[in-house]
Amino acid sequence: MLEEDTGPGWLSEEVKTGTTIIAIEYNGGVVLGSDSRVSAGEAVMNRVMNKLSPLHDKIYCALSGSAADAQTIAEIVNYQLDVHSLEIGEDPQVRSAATLVRNISYKYKEELSAHLIVAGWDRRDGGQVFATLNGLLTRQPFAIGGSGSSYVYGFVDAEYRRGMSKEECQQFVVNTLSLAMNRDGSSGGVAYMVTIDEQKAEEKVILGSDLPTFFDQ
Amino acid sequence: MALSNILETPAAGFNFDNAARNASLEGRLEGGQTPKPLKTGTTIAGVVFKDGVVLGADTRATSGEVVADKMCAKIHYIAPNIYCCGAGTAADTEKTTDLLASNLAIFSLNSGRNPRVVMAVNILQDMLYRYHGQIGANLILGGADCTGNHLYSVGPYGSVNKVPYLTMGSGDLAALGILEDGFRPDLELEKAKELVRLAIHAGIMSDLGSGNNVDICVITKEGADYIRPYQESEYKDDRKMKYRYRPGTTPVLTEKIVPLKLEVVQETVQQMDTA
Repeated sequence: MLEEDTGPGWLSEEVKTGTTIIAIEYNGGVVLGSDSRVSAGEAVMNRVMNKLSPLHDKIYCALSGSAADAQTIAEIVNYQLDVHSLEIGEDPQVRSAATLVRNISYKYKEELSAHLIVAGWDRRDGGQVFATLNGLLTRQPFAIGGSGSSYVYGFVDAEYRRGMSKEECQQFVVNTLSLAMNRDGSSGGVAYMVTIDEQKAEEKVILGSDLPTFFDQ
Repeated sequence: MALSNILETPAAGFNFDNAARNASLEGRLEGGQTPKPLKTGTTIAGVVFKDGVVLGADTRATSGEVVADKMCAKIHYIAPNIYCCGAGTAADTEKTTDLLASNLAIFSLNSGRNPRVVMAVNILQDMLYRYHGQIGANLILGGADCTGNHLYSVGPYGSVNKVPYLTMGSGDLAALGILEDGFRPDLELEKAKELVRLAIHAGIMSDLGSGNNVDICVITKEGADYIRPYQESEYKDDRKMKYRYRPGTTPVLTEKIVPLKLEVVQETVQQMDTA
């Protein structure tokens, strides 16, 4: 019994946003959604963290993986995008933001463990969603990520239809988040949703009691 | 034009200059143990209330299983309007907060303003992220600046959380229970102080690494009020501190006198000039 008492796991474990994140594009904009749980080992460090981080006025990214890595990437890209948009004299393209994120994710692949989904609206291509997992860059109609996403791949594959309206997309996002949060231990709390279109980026919080319920609730 | 930011961007990469020194020291100890770092197994908490921020901490510092310091100060000064509670390795929290305080003091003198809490957080996060968790500092920063009252936590890997109430340290879960139950937005000062006191007390009772007194620091836009201690522990020992013994306390059993034979080998005389 003379071993050193290392204390509870959450003191030394890295803080992760074991998460569910989702982004989906519709004609005229995008909808992003995330849960709000930040865990360190088995303890929840923050139950109300907003994982949808603005990179620019109409470009947001969704954070997952290591909290420190994801927050730092988002801050660095925010800065780089500010400089870039001053240089080109207009709002940056979503593809540029996603490329900047991808460059960092790829270059520091071995050291970082964070996955960001970049989504937004620009004048050239309207609403776009990009996945940047492990340093790839791919545009998709919708993207899901984080530990909770594994539980909802079937749901999103079955339920997604082309040409959904803004309201249908918002409902789709909320349903997906609710299902994932119910099954994944590392996701939970409240749901944050951001809808970006030509006019504005609208942030919304959906409290636990307002999330849709399914058969077992 | 004078720079408003004197903080030099450090050279890229990590600075592990001391790692080689530590390794060679370990070799020299010949099988002995390197001293364990002093950890503040701790309970720290912070709450945003109507007019400002209340920070609270216990005062026990442990080194392994022994209490090394019963009146350790865990609430560190950063700026007149910003204070920081530190949990984790005591040396890391001390040095990190000292470094932050000096940098912000230079900034204040240069720009003529009180620093903002978000600036302190950014500097801390930048530094801790660069060292990838090697600096074991879990910090709660609270302050009142021109943009309002803020409370942030920064983890050792560089993650930042901004929330209205926070706890950290080994007693954090016990204290968080009290805060989750008792917190309301826009509390009055006395209620907020009482809530933080209860939270730290819960940590002290339920965690072995936390104990002794409760320190409280109230920060408002008028200034900071550092109350140390806010509540003293009931379990105090009565130490006299001065120990004087009468002659004869220790009995003399035997006495042996051995004269030292000294020969005069050399004698020199030097005149002193007393003019």
